[in-house]
Amino acid sequence: MNVFEATDRQAQVWACLQGVTDPELDESVIELNFVTNADVDASNHVHIGFRLPTYWCAANFSFLMADDMRRAVSELDWVEGVTVVLGEHMYADKINLGLAHGLSFEETFGSEADGNLDELRQIFLVKAFQRRQVTLLNYLTAAGHLPEKIIELTLSDLECLSLEAEGQKLVQRYFERRHVVGPIRPDAFAFITSEGTALKSENYATYVSGLRRVGVNAEFNGALCRGLLAVRFDLDTPFIPKSQIPANSSTAA
Amino acid sequence: MYRTAKGEEIFVIDGHTHFWDGSPANQKNVHGKQFIECFYAYHNGLSPAEERWPKDKFEKYSAETMYNDLFVSGYDDMAILQPTYLTDFYKNGFNTTERSSAMKKSHPDRFILNTAFDPRDGNKGLEHMQEMVEKHKIKGAKLYTAEWKGDSRGYKLTDKATYKFLEAAQKLGIKNLHVHKGPTILPLNRDAFDVADVDDAATDFQGLNFIIEHCGLPRLDDFCWIATQETNVYAGLAVALPFIHSRPAYFAHIISELLFWLGPDKILYGSDYGIWTPKWLIDKLMAFEIPDDISKETGQVLTHEFKVKILGLNAAKLYGIDIEAQKKKIKAGGGYAHLSEAVHAKR
Repeated sequence: MNVFEATDRQAQVWACLQGVTDPELDESVIELNFVTNADVDASNHVHIGFRLPTYWCAANFSFLMADDMRRAVSELDWVEGVTVVLGEHMYADKINLGLAHGLSFEETFGSEADGNLDELRQIFLVKAFQRRQVTLLNYLTAAGHLPEKIIELTLSDLECLSLEAEGQKLVQRYFERRHVVGPIRPDAFAFITSEGTALKSENYATYVSGLRRVGVNAEFNGALCRGLLAVRFDLDTPFIPKSQIPANSSTAA
Repeated sequence: MYRTAKGEEIFVIDGHTHFWDGSPANQKNVHGKQFIECFYAYHNGLSPAEERWPKDKFEKYSAETMYNDLFVSGYDDMAILQPTYLTDFYKNGFNTTERSSAMKKSHPDRFILNTAFDPRDGNKGLEHMQEMVEKHKIKGAKLYTAEWKGDSRGYKLTDKATYKFLEAAQKLGIKNLHVHKGPTILPLNRDAFDVADVDDAATDFQGLNFIIEHCGLPRLDDFCWIATQETNVYAGLAVALPFIHSRPAYFAHIISELLFWLGPDKILYGSDYGIWTPKWLIDKLMAFEIPDDISKETGQVLTHEFKVKILGLNAAKLYGIDIEAQKKKIKAGGGYAHLSEAVHAKR
């Protein structure tokens, strides 16, 4: 493997990680500065290191992010193995041992774990869906679309809607999580509740203000986490230049 | 005491303060070291640059420093001492009722002393609660559901053992429970995203008020929903308020949500001293208005009247403080001697 191939492979790894999110914050682990290194060795084994804003960050979320990173990078066909190592954390040793042996969260923590990660992942995927939905709904109403028209849009209508770049990005982000709450069919309603039911125009305003809490909460947590991380670590740790991350890197985790 | 340009005197009750010892000499293990370091990161991360303390002051400050920061350079008239034991991390505990009681004893008109209890302490804990309530005439308690205890990584308000304590607390005359539902130590998965236990406990104990410290952050969304349904659930602003400096727009969103879901009578100011100090927090709060775009979106306005409630009136109701009588007592003790007739802000 020449130096260009090596750089390309590393860039592919970073691109994969770009799509992995902190489940609570619904932001990329790369954007959050959590990943400190992602290296490819001579035998195509990927070594990822990451850190979190506090020593106390919940172990289940830490484990979940590590697991998501491993899964995402394993999708690359040339990857022979992935090692994910968490640093500077209360449960670093335990989590790293569990990850190294391919154990589940419950296997790693035994009786201390009282919930399963798939349920947790689902809860936060729904929250991410809600947050992305309310952001898009607010954007559309601000752009002059009427609620009674919005609720009638099908997925294919939404895809064809003529929007500015910002709006298109919000639509794309929404599509990435829309499958969480209901099947994707061109004629399905674009906007449904987390229970999969259609929105109604008479309670549209109440529905939107209910969702707003979710977005505010996530943004607040994101700000807190960034602040704590910046106090705890020197964020100038060398990262791969963003320009080397391929453009089509915003796929879902 | 905060005085406006018009001469209005705003009585301030700080709902959340600590008199702790997080110094290396008191640390039992690496968790004790990491715990105070995490607090210090909150302090550094959210305080204005000129308000940041050196690490050694932060780890352990004197009673005199605390008095001065709260009541002389700060605008607090009274402050609630909230103990946090953390005896698994600190040799003499981080901030016990006994340690806090010395502050109360030196300045009886200034402090409201709360205790803390932990249902996992069983009968011994019940006895300790009774002893503290009788000895110090206590009306409130701090609950730290995520605290480690031996192999346990936390408990829930709905645990059978907790109900036993809530019943006992109610019987002893405790009125206010300050429940820590917020960031910092979220050890495993137990407490990681759940404020649902508040809902059930609040329904079952109508004689108790549940002040949810840090307004459920990082679960504000779930908390708002629960608090709307329960008449005896309140929000404590500690941790949320400092964002008024670094992220005013986020703070505007948070306070809007709280006003929308809970209303102005159920929000309590708290500095979380020594993580943050009252002076800058209150200066910024008094000068703060929810920006027009956010007000338009949420329909909420933070009026002067609401600020007065949040800063003191709401807590006074919960703790049965007669503000005029209390002001007289503090004045008689020389507590306002440092105040000139000058005003703190234009109105």
